[in-house]
Parts: sequence; C-alpha cells; structure tokens
Amino acid sequence: MRNRVIALYTALGLGYAFLYLPIVLLVIYSFNASRLVTVWGGFSTKWYGELAGDEKILNAAWLSLKVAVMNATLSTFLGTLAAVVLVRFRRFPGRTLFTGMITAPLVMPEIITGLAMLLLFVSMELTFGWPEGRSITTIVIAHVTFSLSFVTVIVQSRLAQMDISLEEAAMDLGARPAKVFLVITLPIIAPALLAGWLLSFTLSVDDVVISSFVTGPASTTLPIVIFSKVRLGVSPEVNALASIVVAIVSVGIVIFGIVTQRQERERQRSATAAAEDHAVEDHAAGHPRRGPARM
Amino acid sequence: MTATTPSSTAPHPRPGPALRAALLRRWGRALVGMPPYAWLLLFFLIPFLIVLKISFSEPQAAIPPYVPLFSWAGDQILQIRLNLGNYGYLFSDELYVAAYLNSLKIAGISTVFCLLIGYPMAYAIARAPKTVRNPLLMLVVLPFWTSFLIRVYAWMGILKNEGLLNSFLLWTGIIHAPLQMLETDFAVYVGIVYSYLPFMILPLYATLEKMDLSLLEAAADLGCRPFRAFLNVTLPLSIPGMVAGSMLVFIPAVGEFVIPDLLGGPDTLMIGKVLWSEFFDNRDWPAASAVAVAMLVLLVAPIMVFQHYQNKTSEAGR
Repeated sequence: MRNRVIALYTALGLGYAFLYLPIVLLVIYSFNASRLVTVWGGFSTKWYGELAGDEKILNAAWLSLKVAVMNATLSTFLGTLAAVVLVRFRRFPGRTLFTGMITAPLVMPEIITGLAMLLLFVSMELTFGWPEGRSITTIVIAHVTFSLSFVTVIVQSRLAQMDISLEEAAMDLGARPAKVFLVITLPIIAPALLAGWLLSFTLSVDDVVISSFVTGPASTTLPIVIFSKVRLGVSPEVNALASIVVAIVSVGIVIFGIVTQRQERERQRSATAAAEDHAVEDHAAGHPRRGPARM
Repeated sequence: MTATTPSSTAPHPRPGPALRAALLRRWGRALVGMPPYAWLLLFFLIPFLIVLKISFSEPQAAIPPYVPLFSWAGDQILQIRLNLGNYGYLFSDELYVAAYLNSLKIAGISTVFCLLIGYPMAYAIARAPKTVRNPLLMLVVLPFWTSFLIRVYAWMGILKNEGLLNSFLLWTGIIHAPLQMLETDFAVYVGIVYSYLPFMILPLYATLEKMDLSLLEAAADLGCRPFRAFLNVTLPLSIPGMVAGSMLVFIPAVGEFVIPDLLGGPDTLMIGKVLWSEFFDNRDWPAASAVAVAMLVLLVAPIMVFQHYQNKTSEAGR
C-alpha cells in the first residue's frame, strides 16, 4: 500500500517536472548574458532591453492584442447565440448542418482551415472586390470562425445545466423572451461567457498557422514574428519575449483562479444556506441535493 | 429560416393575439439564429467548396496562381475545365502516401506515450485528497494557457546538439559525444507528447474521479489483490476517458505543422508539412487544395462519423 502511494506520487512529480522544466529553463536562460543560449555567461537583463527597443516586435504585439480582443468579443457574441440555438430551439430546418458546422472546426486541422479561409478571401476579392488584400480584418474573420465553436461548447454545457424553471417563471410573470434572456439567463451563464472570451482570446494570441495564411505583408501578428525568428534557431531575444508571455499568462491565471474560487465559495455558501432551508422540500420532490463539502 | 417550435406544431393556432405572438417568436428565433448560421455558412462551409473547386483546376504562374474552372467561351457556351491531375498525382507520387501514413504513425505512437504518462498522473490526482485535487489539476492545465509556440520552442534549446540535455548527459559521462536529437522524429514525438499531455489527463481524470470506489472495496472484500482489482475494475471503467483523451491527442497531432517544422528534420514527413510547402514554397494552390481535400476525406470525415456515433451511444446509455 505504502509503496503504491510512493510510486503514484513519484509518477506525478515526474509528470509535473516534464511539464514545467522546459518552461523554467527557458525563463532562466533568458537572463543569460551570453548570446549562445545554452552556455551560461552570467546574469544579465540586456535581452529584455533590446526587446523594448524592437519596433517590429512591439507593433506585432499591439496588433495581436487588438486582433485577440476583437476576436474574443465577436466569437463570444456569435458563440453564445449559437449555444442558445442549439440548447433552446430543439427543431429547426438545417439543424444537422448547423451542429456539423459547430463541431467541425474543433477537429479541423488548422492548416486546412487556414488554406480554406485564404482561398475564400482571394475568391471574394476577385468577385466582389472585398476584402482588399489581407489585413487585420481577414485575420479577425478567420480567428472568429474557429474560436466561436469553442465558445459555443462552453456556453452550451452551462445553458444545458441551468435551471430552466427560472426562465419559465419569468415568462409566466409576463416577461418577453428578450428580457428573460437579458435579465435571467445572461447573469447565470456569465461565467461561461467569460471563460469563452478568455479561451478565444488565448486561441487568437497563440495562433500561428491560420494567421500565416490570411495575413498580409502589412499585418504581422506576434506569433508570426516569433515563428519566423524561431525557424532560424534559438535566440536569447525570443527567450526574453517568451518569458514575458509566460509571466503575463501566469499572473492572469492566478488572478482568474483566485476570483473564480472566491465566487465558487460564495456560491457554495449561499447554496448550503438554501439547501438547509429547502432540504425537506427537495427530498419530497425527489431531488436529494448533496451538501457541498466544506474545504 | 422558419423555426418550428414545439407549441406551433398544433394544427391551427387561433388567429389574433396568439398567432401574432407565435409569429413574433418565430421572427425572434430567426433573428437569434441568423448571425451564427450565416457566419458559419459564409466563412466555414463555402471556403471548403472553394477548396474543392480549386483542387480541380490547373496551376499557372499568375495571380491568382490557378486557371479558373468556369469560363465564358462566348456564344452562350460555358466552358468547364476539370483537371483531375492533382488527385492522380496524389496517389501516384509516393511522397503524399508516405506523408499521410507517417502522420498517422507519429500521431498514433505519440498518443500511446501520452496515455502511458498521463494515466498514472490522472490516477494520482483523482485519488489525492479532495482539497488538493483542484490545484493539482490547475497545474496540469496551466501550461496549456501559455503559448503553444513558446512551449515547442523551449524544447529546441533543450534538444539541440549543444543544448541542455546533451550538456547534461556529457557532464554525467553517460555519453561522450553529443547525440543528434533535434531535427529527428524523436524530437517530434517529445514535442507532441509535451504539447498534448493535458488533453489526455483531463478526460482521464474526469472518468477516474467519478468512479465508484465501493467497487474496489467489494473486490478487496472478495479477496482480490489491489493490482488485480485495478486491472479488472478500474482499467475497464476508465476506457471512456482513455478513448476521449486519445481522440483529443490524436486528431490535432495528425494535422500538426508547427511541431514537425520546428523540431523535426527535413526528412520528417508529415501531411501538414507537405501541404504547407506545396502552398508557400511551390505556390501550387491546386495541389495544396487536393491535399486538403484528401485529408478531409481520409481523416476528418471518419473522425466526425466516429464522434457522432459515440455521442449517440453515450446518449442512449444515459
């Protein structure tokens, strides 16, 4: 028994080492004074300094940020609508096609999506004269097309779980569907919307393959710049840039984790209170609710 | 779009306010469904039809670099030139077949390694004290949120000839000359396993955590050794998680481009790399489109059918 536990924790430890060691080494070597990335030449922050003066990288980072925000906002909007359609409208013409178009981007190799999007933009430009060349617009359109499916999946599961009687109650009290959605449904599914927004933001900031197809010479996103540098080999500037990305993401995740944990605890507290109030009725209704475990 | 609602299936709704409300609701629904539906039709479905179309055209040195399929030859004659050569090429040139088979092989072996590394981790997390499970799980997901490109890049510094792993092995005296690891298939395996490991652990954890532990107690009461109980009870019960995790790793791994491009060598053949070089290096758009169509038919379509079938059975089982 004891041995098995030790073996399991060893496996876990090794697994985490495998997941984190490369990133840790990358960050450590970004402070290396030597240009030879793998030979330690003393501590230095000069690569960060060089990064701050690199106009091309700064522009690319700014463009990526703009694309990601636009993509996340638009995909969250469209993805939420799609989730409502899938969960609440049980039958409508073309439902199979719609479901297929939502799930397909999840399994589609990026390289095919990228090629297809580019060929579309080229054909559209030939026929209608729009979009003129490849720009930030085409990148955002391509990103939304693959991100919205992820939002739909997240929001869909939240919508399916939510207690529909709340909507029905509002409806019975005379609220219009639009009002019911805005006042009742939206606040309940808001965490899923936030998660979807963050996921599509990340997908967009991270994407290199699809962007490479649909980008023009004037609009280079950060991953494209990193990719073209990385293809030439390892360089300390890229290490510094990567470390900054890792730092931003880690801080973001920790904040997000703390906030959601606090919300969850709050929700559990009120749920416990409600459960204690209604324990008897719940049992009568055949819905025994398990009390949440206290942390 | 005319949305049929469960309530409007009644034969003849009474005219007047009820009908007006039903009509309004129908319009409301159309209004909600239209934007995502139209978006996906225009930017997801139509592009694939265009890919299909261009895969039948001939390449030419012009902008755009293909000959249009349809052209007016005057006198009300529509000329259609279908070029089947791209597909003939696909099957006659060994490069494409080899790349396709090699992609399947690399993705398959990587999936097995993900399973071998991910299973003990998921098991350990699922059996850990309840309070630490969520933080442990978050530690698995965290790397996924950092840039994929950067995580692949991190391995370049480790695996190259004068890289960290070679320096370490030389220092310990295990090897006396640096091993060629970067630009080999080995590096590609490492990269794929590293990048997709979280996708394997999450579904595995979900099934293992839900498992009813009293089954194991029952097995123990009946005199079953822990290891046998694991083989006969836990392992079969975790098959759904293993299937789900394997799909999540295998599917993106087959079409992977960035990992073989950065970590693999010039002779690491993968179908994604072939498509990329047809498009960007050879500027042969029709050939690239034909590769894409073949990938769709041979890879994506079977996966979608499989998933559809799986959803059906899991819904039926509920």
